Amino acid sequence: MKRFHGFVKKEFLHIFRDYRTLVILFGLPVAEILIFGFVISMEIKDAGIAFLDLSKDDVTQKISDKMCSSDFFRKVEDLQSYHDIDMIMKTGRAKAVIVFGENFGRDLVSRGEADMSIITDASEPNTATLITNYASAIVSDFNMEYREKNSGAKILVSPEVRMFYNPELRSHFMFVPGVITFILILICALMTSITITREKEFGTMEVLLVSPLKPSQIILGKVMPYFILSFINVLLILLLSRIAFDLPVKGSLSLLLAESMLYILMSLSLGILISTVSKTMQQAIFISLVGLMLPTILLSGFIFPLENMPRVYDVVAYFLPPRYYITIIKNIMIKGTGFFSVWKETLILTIMTLFFIVLSVRKFKIRLQ
Amino acid sequence: MQKVIEASGIAKNFGNTQALRGISFDVNEGEIFGFIGPDGAGKTTLFRIITTLYLPDEGSMTVLGVDCVKGYRKLRENIGYMPGRFSLYMDLSVEENLRFYASVFGTTIEENYELIKDIYSHIEPFKTRLAGQLSGGMKQKLALSCALIHKPRLLVLDEPTTGVDAVSRTEFWEMLGKLKAHNITVVVSTPYMDEATKCDRVALIQEGQILSVNPPEVLKDSFTRKLFYVKASDKYNLLKILRSFPLTISAYPFGDSIHTTFSKDNPLGDLNEYLLSKGINDFSISEGRAGIEDRFLELMGTESIHYQ
Repeated sequence: MKRFHGFVKKEFLHIFRDYRTLVILFGLPVAEILIFGFVISMEIKDAGIAFLDLSKDDVTQKISDKMCSSDFFRKVEDLQSYHDIDMIMKTGRAKAVIVFGENFGRDLVSRGEADMSIITDASEPNTATLITNYASAIVSDFNMEYREKNSGAKILVSPEVRMFYNPELRSHFMFVPGVITFILILICALMTSITITREKEFGTMEVLLVSPLKPSQIILGKVMPYFILSFINVLLILLLSRIAFDLPVKGSLSLLLAESMLYILMSLSLGILISTVSKTMQQAIFISLVGLMLPTILLSGFIFPLENMPRVYDVVAYFLPPRYYITIIKNIMIKGTGFFSVWKETLILTIMTLFFIVLSVRKFKIRLQ
Repeated sequence: MQKVIEASGIAKNFGNTQALRGISFDVNEGEIFGFIGPDGAGKTTLFRIITTLYLPDEGSMTVLGVDCVKGYRKLRENIGYMPGRFSLYMDLSVEENLRFYASVFGTTIEENYELIKDIYSHIEPFKTRLAGQLSGGMKQKLALSCALIHKPRLLVLDEPTTGVDAVSRTEFWEMLGKLKAHNITVVVSTPYMDEATKCDRVALIQEGQILSVNPPEVLKDSFTRKLFYVKASDKYNLLKILRSFPLTISAYPFGDSIHTTFSKDNPLGDLNEYLLSKGINDFSISEGRAGIEDRFLELMGTESIHYQ
């Protein structure tokens, strides 16, 4: 136990002596959260919109004036037919098109309701949501005013919202689960594989092997500090997203933390596995980056929805642990569901973790090769 | 006397390279046993087998009474090992390095301070300095302290003096001599022939084979021929001419002279004539005493003939 204690202490010294390690450990998560957060929550300003006014009456004029008089929207063109909608969206000049149906004003007076559509370019999902929200707000504002003027009149303009190109519109809080998933696997796998291969490269592993330390003690000693620091990281990211973006954890926090510990353990054992197959730090970094980081970013559903991918990638993604963790954390954080909704993913992650641990302890060499 | 290492027929291959070709030797308790040989002779490979880091392909070795393959766990408690590259953590301070190695072996600096006092006292004033900022000589002393901190019964040092200045080298060997008082057996390798004289016994090793195992004095005396020191101002030319001389067996440059052996006991008359005929006038010839290096080169020469 004393041996193990001395080993862990040494590992902490390594980490705290090297400012680059510290920057990756704590600077990176903070930077990622802030960058992703602010990119996604940016305000709409002067977004180009086009109008397709099939009615051309007082009311449609009033609504479109009201929209363009705000800072949010800028009129780019008056369209003549439905065919123009796709055209102007594809050029990117307009982020949205507002369509007023025929006889808009007359319908409003006679029937008390009228048809209008807000069509947005949802290839940028977050912008699209914001535009719809703003546009809808302006319309309901108009409704209120109109009602006041024509007291008691039951008048309703209900905009029909249509998202082009990405109809489901994914949650814009997605990035926090994504960043946690990504950061944890990066720190755990990359850092542990580097610290173990570093001992090999600097020749200190030779002496560690000749010492009475058991392989399990060496591995645990290497893993322990990163386990603790990664856990602190999870707390830091959650706290930061709470403070900076007001993003609460809807489900059980303790469940979320427990699942995170499992995922951290999985990533750490992957890191050890990488270190057992690589001889140099460079090799370890390469395997971690190409083998883990890229798939995590591309194939975990973090940025690119898996449903839209060719079948092959989808199948590959079934073997990637991040995919399961991201599902778990999204369920708990955003949907607020309990353990019952994520038990399958948890089971898969547990099996993967055990598999990696057994494999890496078995592959860990008690001698030089 | 008890044997600390008993090796017989140790062979180790790396792919098609034969690093060790059937090595046998014994090391007695409490002695300083040196392995002398050029780079690539197989010293490091042999040391890694002694320290249980490599498995031998053939042969058997008993270290401290246990088999070095099966008993590796027990051996690892009792061996102090200093690899060729000082295995220190450059981002840890002198004291942190020592404390770490002490803890790994389940001991403390205080417990075995007596043992390392002579060595560690040299670097103790710098104990808060990072190991990476130490000079070569100080790194070497720290690495030795780290290897000794758990009071091993066998100390294995792989080229401990390579890349270290002459003064530190001398000091280092003095310290090794003092370890005898603690009954610690030392196995050490070096490419420097002059260090061989400081060992109790020396094994000359080349191309994975041991050429001879002897105390250094015996080694020198076993030089078989008369040795002549030949000097001239144009040393390079002299060497070429000496090697073309029909009676020459060997000619190796040593410092300012060329150590030469001949197939005739008194070759001076012929040699004089030959050198003059080649246009060398300022030469001097004297009979000299052979050093270990001469013996080593002689052995190497016969061995290579033996191979062809």
